[in-house]
Amino acid sequence: MVRAQGVRKSYGHFDALRGIDLEVAAGEVMCLIGPSGSGKSTFLRCINHLEKVDAGRLEVDGELVGYRQQGGRLYELRDREVCAKRAEIGMVFQRFNLFPHMTALENVTLGPMKVKGVGKSTALERARALLARVGLADKLTAYPNQLSGGQQQRVAIARALAMQPKLMLFDEPTSALDPELVGEVLDVMRGLADEGMTMVVVTHEIGFAREVGDNLVFMDAGAVVESGPPREVIANPRSERTRAFLAKVL
Amino acid sequence: MTDPDGGRSVTELRAVPVRHPGRWVGAAAVLVLVAMMVHSIFFSTTLRGGRRQRRFELHVIGKYLFAHPVVRGVGLTIELTVCAMAIGIFLGIVLAVLRLSPNPLLSGASWIYIWFFRGTPVFVQLFFWYDISYVFPRLTLGIPFGPAFVHYNANTLVTPVFAAIVGLGLNEGAYMAEIIRAGIISVDEGQSEASHALGMTRMQTMRLIVLPQAMRVIVPPTGNETISMLKTSSLASAITVAELLFSVQEIAARTYQTVPLLMVASLWYLMMTSVLTTGQYYVERYFARGALRELPPTPFQRLRARVARRGRPTAVRA
Repeated sequence: MVRAQGVRKSYGHFDALRGIDLEVAAGEVMCLIGPSGSGKSTFLRCINHLEKVDAGRLEVDGELVGYRQQGGRLYELRDREVCAKRAEIGMVFQRFNLFPHMTALENVTLGPMKVKGVGKSTALERARALLARVGLADKLTAYPNQLSGGQQQRVAIARALAMQPKLMLFDEPTSALDPELVGEVLDVMRGLADEGMTMVVVTHEIGFAREVGDNLVFMDAGAVVESGPPREVIANPRSERTRAFLAKVL
Repeated sequence: MTDPDGGRSVTELRAVPVRHPGRWVGAAAVLVLVAMMVHSIFFSTTLRGGRRQRRFELHVIGKYLFAHPVVRGVGLTIELTVCAMAIGIFLGIVLAVLRLSPNPLLSGASWIYIWFFRGTPVFVQLFFWYDISYVFPRLTLGIPFGPAFVHYNANTLVTPVFAAIVGLGLNEGAYMAEIIRAGIISVDEGQSEASHALGMTRMQTMRLIVLPQAMRVIVPPTGNETISMLKTSSLASAITVAELLFSVQEIAARTYQTVPLLMVASLWYLMMTSVLTTGQYYVERYFARGALRELPPTPFQRLRARVARRGRPTAVRA
């Protein structure tokens, strides 16, 4: 579903990503861990072209991200084309980023109605079902600031799912939550994984990575240090750097 | 419940409140000043040309407050304000978006526009538009440096009212641009990111996500600008536009009752700004939804609630 080959990204003189090679198969859950500033979030944002890749190839579902290849040359995609591709990728942010001037229901119906042209009654029906699924059937008309952090993040997940994405990106979805509320969000994500959703999750929840992840990638200083089945990487890290990191977070 | 104090654990305190003699002195001074003002406005007289007259000639206000030319002037003042603000807001949005453009020519053009129109007095600008036919006697619609399709005589096209609306509106655009820009950059970047991640285009993001949230920052200063515009439109009297100030001055030039007629105009301006202030309150309330957990009741709702409480039978209250 996602294939990265030598993906690089720099901000001025700072190299955020120095050649990332990764592959996420359809239906797989890949967890990215690593210290802050290691490039996990940057890589995630490259996948739906919120950040431009400077070098290397990044493909989603067999198609280049942000560019079109034609006769050996790359053409940058237009705003509309980029949007059409993003519509197939759901994203959940650390700080939820719900639209504060809209109710939970309006947050969830907006994308399908404005981007996919779904009719209002269909969109409402689906949004109600999604919000019920994340356990918020009684909060349809609440505004984001009337909800707890955990509830907001669950609305955000419902908002992303409403676009019926083929891939879901999670950018530290539980890092801004009270410890007590982390569980409710992880439960929703676990349910998604069980249904076979392809997911890339940047997280500090090692427990979640071990139980739900099919693959664990440890990144440091813009490069992949180590990857493999989560239980193996966590139990017997091969690299010294991974061992030092895990010793601190476990 | 096992309460050792027999249900009254907190004893009521009785204490002599702190006295504030300074406040009393201040209040007394204000009272005296108010009394002096009321006296001089409503009761005192003065000698003018050997005749004893009421100092403020209040009866003149009543005579002209609803006089035909004054009411017509009020109408024109409203027209100037509405049209100039409409131009200003539209231009402000365009200029603000240009200013935030990555293209240096577009953002530069917007910067120069704002620099020029904010940097010159609006009074001067009004005269410039009024005298536009001196610079451009003929206005032409056609292809730049190419053939022309239509010609207009600037003198007949640019009437004083037209010049006033254009002058006030173009000047206002510069101020509105900065207000709208401030609103746009006040919206958290995560909002545009979330919108883009859903697949919404830049236009949709601006229209559906950024601008509605920017409104909370934009509305209060825009209300301020509208009130300011209502009064600034009186400058148009200098280019012979028969708005409110021009109308009362015209009457005063005939009757020599300048002060009461200026009070007529002031009363009208006060009434109109009061209406605008009330309107602004409700517009702000509308855009506050989602930003406040619960909207505070309007003064009207508070009054109704109070009346409803009064109306309840006493038995229930106890």
